Amino acid sequence: MTKKVPIVEKILGANETLAEKNRAKLDEHGVFGINLMASPGAGKTSLIEQTLPKLAERYRIAVIDGDIATSIDADRAAEAGADIAVQVNTGGNCHLDAVMLQKGMEEIDFSKIDLLLVENVGNLVCPANFVLGTHKSVLVASVPEGDDKPYKYPGMYRGVEALIINKIDLLPYIPFKMEYFRKGVEVLNAELVTFPISCATGEGVDEWINWIIAEVEANK
Amino acid sequence: MHELPVTESILKITLRHAETHKARRVTDIYLVLGDWSSMVDDSIQFHWDILSENTIAHKATLHFERIPVELFCIDCTHIYTPTDKELVCPKCESTKVRVTKGDEFNIDSIEIET
Repeated sequence: MTKKVPIVEKILGANETLAEKNRAKLDEHGVFGINLMASPGAGKTSLIEQTLPKLAERYRIAVIDGDIATSIDADRAAEAGADIAVQVNTGGNCHLDAVMLQKGMEEIDFSKIDLLLVENVGNLVCPANFVLGTHKSVLVASVPEGDDKPYKYPGMYRGVEALIINKIDLLPYIPFKMEYFRKGVEVLNAELVTFPISCATGEGVDEWINWIIAEVEANK
Repeated sequence: MHELPVTESILKITLRHAETHKARRVTDIYLVLGDWSSMVDDSIQFHWDILSENTIAHKATLHFERIPVELFCIDCTHIYTPTDKELVCPKCESTKVRVTKGDEFNIDSIEIET
């Protein structure tokens, strides 16, 4: 006999359940977690390099770096002053998921940490679908990628709480229509906090730092 | 590239429900995918046929119901599906909208033989 069984279940529900466990572990130790996502080359690692020295006196910081194979980014984070930098190789996967983050988190003594920065795999599609359990998700966009990215990757722009627009020092040289870009972003995510910055010149970085501090303090 | 973990999740959920209903075989799986849930094309059938080997769901057919994005303009109450190049309301150009459809990413049901 054949019969139809109704299910109506979220396909990635298991990942979401595990992400909640990651969050609980962070909260248990009073650690604030940020998930940084972007396309390759947008400036995630440069942003971390700009961010770490400015927060070093205030917080003890761990960085978990997701990459398909290498440990270049974790090495850069360690050099920039991370108290601990953990590399998670995804073995070909194009994103971190809650299981991979959990594994990375196992290597960190959370009693010695205040802030966890997670650098996701460079990709504008897949990471948006796999929540990790961090408190905030941040997208690093960059001007040379073009002003059409919100239109092409709506899922990514909808799933974050803050948006960094990096490489604004290049605006005079690139046909980037900020108005068009911003309108797309506004439709997708009205609540989004935006930081136009340049990791090359340091412009706008302080506003981003102040936002992190405000968020960490509000979570205490 | 995330078709693989997605297919694994679908398989796990399917087998769990199949077992609860004492199925001998799973023949069909009905998925509901919103256009903004991003990811996943029909290639997951290919992943499925490999991953489901040696299970009662081997060679089950995956059916995809695609849900177009639907936006509701808060300013003028117009309901529309955005184009690839414009997201703002086509009637009043407002950016104040709510997504009413297009985020779905669910297994709706399965068909089993008992």
